[in-house]
Amino acid sequence: MLIRKPNDIPSSEITPERVYINRRQFIGKSAGIALGGAAGSGLIGGAIAGGLVGRPGRAMAQTPGQRDWSAVRTERDEELTPFEDVTSYNNFYEFGTQKEDPARNAHTLQPRPWSIEVGGMCANPGVYGLEEFVQPGKMEDRIYRMRCVEAWSMVIPWYGFALKDVIDRAEPLGSARYVEFKTLVDPVQMPGQRSRVLDWPYVEGLRLDEARHPLAILATGVYGQDLPNQNGAPIRLVVPWKYGFKGIKSIVSMTFTEQPPYNSWQRAISSEYGFYANVNPEVNHPRWSQARERRLGEFNRRETLLFNGYVDQVAGLYAGMDLRVYY
Amino acid sequence: MNKKRRLLLLKGLVWLLGLAPLAWLIWRGFTDRLGANPIEQVLHRLGDTALILLLVTLSITPVRRLTGWTSLAPLRRPVGLFAFFYLTMHFLWYAVVDQTLDMEFIIEDIMERPYILVGFTAWLLLIPLAITSTRGWIRRLKKNWQRIHRLVYVATSLGALHFYWQVKLDTYWPIVAATVLAVLMLLRIRWSRQSRPGSPAD
Repeated sequence: MLIRKPNDIPSSEITPERVYINRRQFIGKSAGIALGGAAGSGLIGGAIAGGLVGRPGRAMAQTPGQRDWSAVRTERDEELTPFEDVTSYNNFYEFGTQKEDPARNAHTLQPRPWSIEVGGMCANPGVYGLEEFVQPGKMEDRIYRMRCVEAWSMVIPWYGFALKDVIDRAEPLGSARYVEFKTLVDPVQMPGQRSRVLDWPYVEGLRLDEARHPLAILATGVYGQDLPNQNGAPIRLVVPWKYGFKGIKSIVSMTFTEQPPYNSWQRAISSEYGFYANVNPEVNHPRWSQARERRLGEFNRRETLLFNGYVDQVAGLYAGMDLRVYY
Repeated sequence: MNKKRRLLLLKGLVWLLGLAPLAWLIWRGFTDRLGANPIEQVLHRLGDTALILLLVTLSITPVRRLTGWTSLAPLRRPVGLFAFFYLTMHFLWYAVVDQTLDMEFIIEDIMERPYILVGFTAWLLLIPLAITSTRGWIRRLKKNWQRIHRLVYVATSLGALHFYWQVKLDTYWPIVAATVLAVLMLLRIRWSRQSRPGSPAD
């Protein structure tokens, strides 16, 4: 098996011990699941490919200091981007268009209480409180590369669960082909929404087979602690083989549709941003090259990898498609 | 004497303000406060500074005409040269640090990305202007000097376009820069028409 388990993480840490529930924060009640269990439940391909470090059964409210993240690597032996950089260099236009704006302005966001509406073409619609919504989710750390369409990248240890877990509960109808997500709209909590720079709410979506892929997750944390507001608290999408803008933040709705969602960046500049937005060094942005990227913290640029290095896991989703047309 | 002292004071001020952005970058760099992407941060701040200083250079004559402060005229050269200095630093930072002198990529960028091509062209246009900015060249080139130095308007326009094309979506500051430039150009065109009625603006 391809599982990459850094040698200096004691095996006790990847063994399920018990489920810690901190009710004042929040946690999926079924958070604890053995790595082996995850493997058995079909998560394995993606989880392994993503360089998953299985540490199930851990409460969310953990600070970076409580675990030695310094030894953690991806399956390609890449170091993590420091917590400080992950949480201070963000694209989250709801709080301003400059990279440092979200960290500066997102304190106005109230991530608790939070509710998420599940609707559209599914047998089991409903409005869920956050705790309830994540309840089917099998919480785990996922170490993923994050490649922004602007040609920079990070390596981020997310904490979350497979998107498929909540899709299955909703029981999408046979005719549903896509899932659409929306971000909160509230110019008081999100002062950037007073500017019309994007058409609010922020909308993103996936084809259902993409959404069910084991690599696609909903994250509620980063570096073992709750998501800071600027990273999309309390819950966000992470699709590591796509450009970062697909990773919609502060999600309030999940809707099953027959037609492809008209995602925000496509709506803003459709000649430059499409629905798929798969990381692809061969398909340049009309204004800049996508062949290389700057990994934050590194001096030399890196070669960008097809599907951000997850080609073995996800290429099958796009068999026969012209990726220049479906950018 | 009084006039001379005032000029000296003004020039000292230009040097102080001209070096301030560089000092700011160096200070932020040494205190590790350039953010998560310092290479990009420095690149962008050098570019901003170059464009702002180009606009300042172009506004010296209009301000002088509107206020009657003739002592501003000798500041055009040092401010313009500071603009060229930051633009050169911007290009070198891009080529040497950002692209690590990978000529294949730099050439591809210049040839295939319009925003890089126009930025690069702006820099090329300003090289002869920087060289011929001395008193000796003003004398040698006579009437042609002014003609050549009108290229600064072309270079600044290209700089504003480069800025506009470079941003992902939020074009607020590029539009502010373009608007300032447009106002300055309109003023110059109007004045040149007034001074030579009937002749086309050049």
